[in-house]
Amino acid sequence: MTKNDFAVVGQPLPKVDAWAKVVGETRYADDFFLPRMAYAKLLRSSHAHARIRAIDTARARAVPGVYAVVTGADLPPVKFGILPVSQDEEALCTDKVRMVGDPIAAVAAVDEETAEQACRLIDVTYEAQPALMSIFDSLAHPEVRIHEYGDGPNVHKNVALQFGDVDGALAGADLVREDVFFFEGNTHLPMEQHAAVAQWASDGKLTLWSSTQTPHYVHRVLAKALDTPAAHIRVIATPVGGGFGGKTDPFSHEIVACQLSKLTGRPVKIALTREEVFYTHRGRHPVLMWIKTGFTRRGDITGCHLRTWLDGGAYGSYGVASTFYTGVINPVTYKIPVYKFEGARIFTNKPPCGPKRGHGTPQPRFALECQLDKAAEQLGLDPADLRRRIVAEPFTKTANHLTVTTIGLGECIDKVVEASDWRAKRSRYGVTAAAQGGSREEGSEPPSPKRPGIGIACSAYMTGAGTAIYWNDMPHSGVIVRADRSGGVAILCGATDIGQGSDSVLAYLTAEVLGLEPVDVQVFPADTSLTPVDLGSYSSRVTLMCGMATIQAAGRLRDAIFKAVARKLEVDPAALVARERKIGVSADWDKAVSFARAVELGEAMHGVLAFPGSYAPPKRAGKYKGGGVGPSPCYSYSACVVELTVDEETGVVDLRDVWVAHDVGRALNPLLAEGQVEGSIYMGIGEALMEEQVFRKGLHKQPSMLEYKSPTTLETPEIHTILVETDDPEGPFGAKEVGQGPLLPVIPAIANAIHHALGIRIDEVPITPDKILKALELKRRGKPARVGPERLPLFTFKKPVVVESAFGQPADTIGVRPFQS
Amino acid sequence: MKVRIALTVNDELHEALVPVHKTLLEVLREDLGLIGTKHGCELGECGTCTVLVDGKPVLSCLALPLEAEGRRITTIEGLAEGARLHPLQQAFAELGAAQCGYCTPGILLTAAALLSERPGPTRQEVKEALAGNLCRCTGYTKILDAVELAALRMERIRT
Ligand code: FES
Ligand code: FES
Repeated sequence: MTKNDFAVVGQPLPKVDAWAKVVGETRYADDFFLPRMAYAKLLRSSHAHARIRAIDTARARAVPGVYAVVTGADLPPVKFGILPVSQDEEALCTDKVRMVGDPIAAVAAVDEETAEQACRLIDVTYEAQPALMSIFDSLAHPEVRIHEYGDGPNVHKNVALQFGDVDGALAGADLVREDVFFFEGNTHLPMEQHAAVAQWASDGKLTLWSSTQTPHYVHRVLAKALDTPAAHIRVIATPVGGGFGGKTDPFSHEIVACQLSKLTGRPVKIALTREEVFYTHRGRHPVLMWIKTGFTRRGDITGCHLRTWLDGGAYGSYGVASTFYTGVINPVTYKIPVYKFEGARIFTNKPPCGPKRGHGTPQPRFALECQLDKAAEQLGLDPADLRRRIVAEPFTKTANHLTVTTIGLGECIDKVVEASDWRAKRSRYGVTAAAQGGSREEGSEPPSPKRPGIGIACSAYMTGAGTAIYWNDMPHSGVIVRADRSGGVAILCGATDIGQGSDSVLAYLTAEVLGLEPVDVQVFPADTSLTPVDLGSYSSRVTLMCGMATIQAAGRLRDAIFKAVARKLEVDPAALVARERKIGVSADWDKAVSFARAVELGEAMHGVLAFPGSYAPPKRAGKYKGGGVGPSPCYSYSACVVELTVDEETGVVDLRDVWVAHDVGRALNPLLAEGQVEGSIYMGIGEALMEEQVFRKGLHKQPSMLEYKSPTTLETPEIHTILVETDDPEGPFGAKEVGQGPLLPVIPAIANAIHHALGIRIDEVPITPDKILKALELKRRGKPARVGPERLPLFTFKKPVVVESAFGQPADTIGVRPFQS
Repeated sequence: MKVRIALTVNDELHEALVPVHKTLLEVLREDLGLIGTKHGCELGECGTCTVLVDGKPVLSCLALPLEAEGRRITTIEGLAEGARLHPLQQAFAELGAAQCGYCTPGILLTAAALLSERPGPTRQEVKEALAGNLCRCTGYTKILDAVELAALRMERIRT
């Protein structure tokens, strides 16, 4: 279809929930105040690693206004976790705490203050154990065990995959580079702190309102952790005030609020403080990386070998998936004929890491893109040209057996190169230009210490995980579309709007198919008792998966209505079109009936009009162990150019402009797609230059918004977004993801631009002024001007699963998937 | 200890009996039911809880209601004139400047204060006015665009 065939798709429309948001009517979880509601607080561990010897709640119970106090002993003795293979969390710790902030007990009281005061009166006897605060610590002390399970002492996961003869390919290369990088952890920092309200009613049924991105998984975990039939539990995801992956795990406070409601017979609210949000975390893993890549003289990659060590924190969370993601997505971008990946996730006594925007892929992306920049320099090639040359082939397979469909990366590179005036600036700015006497600033004023530079990087990201978190053959996404004689259309879908606009996309697609305006469609999202299951707002899956299910359901409704209208107008249903809130034959539009009338005819012919739509991704898991992580219906592509100055005297980086061209497949709403790109760029800038989640003696160093630095309006540069459309056969009207991918290239593009400005390499993020000054100092002393990790852990990876490389093979069948007809 | 307070919020007089140490944020949300005011830190660090007191942006999580007695408090619920949206609200909705929408009330009020004091601000002035309001979703781009659009429309109405 071309753009002109659409009425709603492609229009820069307001979001359907925009009006409620600008007048302050949207009700987030903490905005729920129910009659008789109690307020609860969690008592959290002050130790990073300790045995719990005793918990005495007597003094807390005696506080006037306290309704109930619970400890782990009051809950069913089960462990939970988001992944079936990592069921290692307790809602309230019973025998051991593994991080500062681990929940131990909870109090429900008449108000928050009373609950807090009572929490302080709970006496916990700890027996401290050594706290392991880094990958190196944890590997050096196998005698101290954070968990009893895993792939070795303090090793949560150890994976090794090999596709083809990598050593051979490296031996035959003209240039082999070996580089080491470190990506410090950082956190989501959503503006809304997590909150949950539970109401365990007297009929034995439980309702939980929560700021969660994954009501379906919370539903499953509540059933397990509370030992209650899932059929009696209803989870409603309230509009989420920012998630970015931080509200994707089921959390202790959600379970505890339910239990307290059961005990008190009252609704119970738990709202986390900002400090608690920092400890709850599940954000970006700190990752240490070693990458060895072979190149031909012309810049082609002959093979690549990547090793990653993830600092996982105290629990599993999504960590097994995160570990794979540090390895499996890189080959989607460029031609990499053979590939080897070894990864390990190490437990430490810090808050567990999990998925943050880009889940596991920004770190290896940083490594690969910085290494490409270094290789280009050594080979005397322009880094944009090098990348342009090695872009992967559409509709083929990667070395690690992933089917890629459309690839707009070449066009993305061309667009950012042109928009940024890359070629002129590349030769005008930078150290080489300066050495040749190239002018940096105009006029005869004293030379400014601000050195300009420009850098480039690219990336790819998945549009939804091809496999579910728990093994099943059911839909990943479902919707019901219903219409009645009022002419109104309702769509019910388990998707959760976290600000990305999923409610709007559901309305746009329904309206498009039925010839309506989005305002005619009522969206009912994210209620496990009413809406068909959607797995959640993660892995950039919602637009594609819910979108495809919506198109199917709305199409079925349209077909039923067309049948009835066709009989009335005495025409062939195939001749009918739906547009402008009418249904009729184009050539005879005067006879077209109103949509409401058409529904009446439909109801009279078929009875109630309610139709399901189901979506599950094509089954493309690679036929090897571990082949389930990485497949996606299609991949988005991004290219980024950053222009900046670096102050040689202070080390301060000043971003001027950022250009990102993003292959979104099709922009269902360009305004919202741009918004996702802009937000991604912003978040990438924070990660590149300032954000870090670091600890000292078990404690978070900056658990507040003042100390944890994030970009304000003043640090955010002018952002230029270019949307590239490739009309992917797997996506709804051709759409691919846009919510995460554009973050990925920003970080290495900044690092590469800094190198262009000053000739220094900072192989570690965040790139703070002190690191820049240190590199400049090294340069002055004639040493290699690099700041980055100096050592790697002593660690034995598993014997790799060796599989033939599938590089260049034709893609698996496109457009074939379950529930299609 | 509880005190009786009288607050003029959005041109309406409210009376409440509240513990002395309760913040203006808490009183607005919990006692007056004005849940449009949000919070991101309750420590004066994020700007999310901004309301206007006599037209000036104030962090309600740091303000005590007693200090606001006898002054004009405006919350997001009072930004529209009856059913007529403020041009800023209109522009924010049209341009997609509210993603999750959680920072939006605080940003709208801060921007409203700016525009009433300084019609037709430069982009840099808008950035400076909003530098104390964090937003994690938008990269600020559409927010700045929307403030500029609203300023332009307000200018047109005036002339
Ligand atoms: S909640 Fe008041 S400044 Fe953050
Ligand atoms: S729109 Fe989500 S924090 Fe600003």
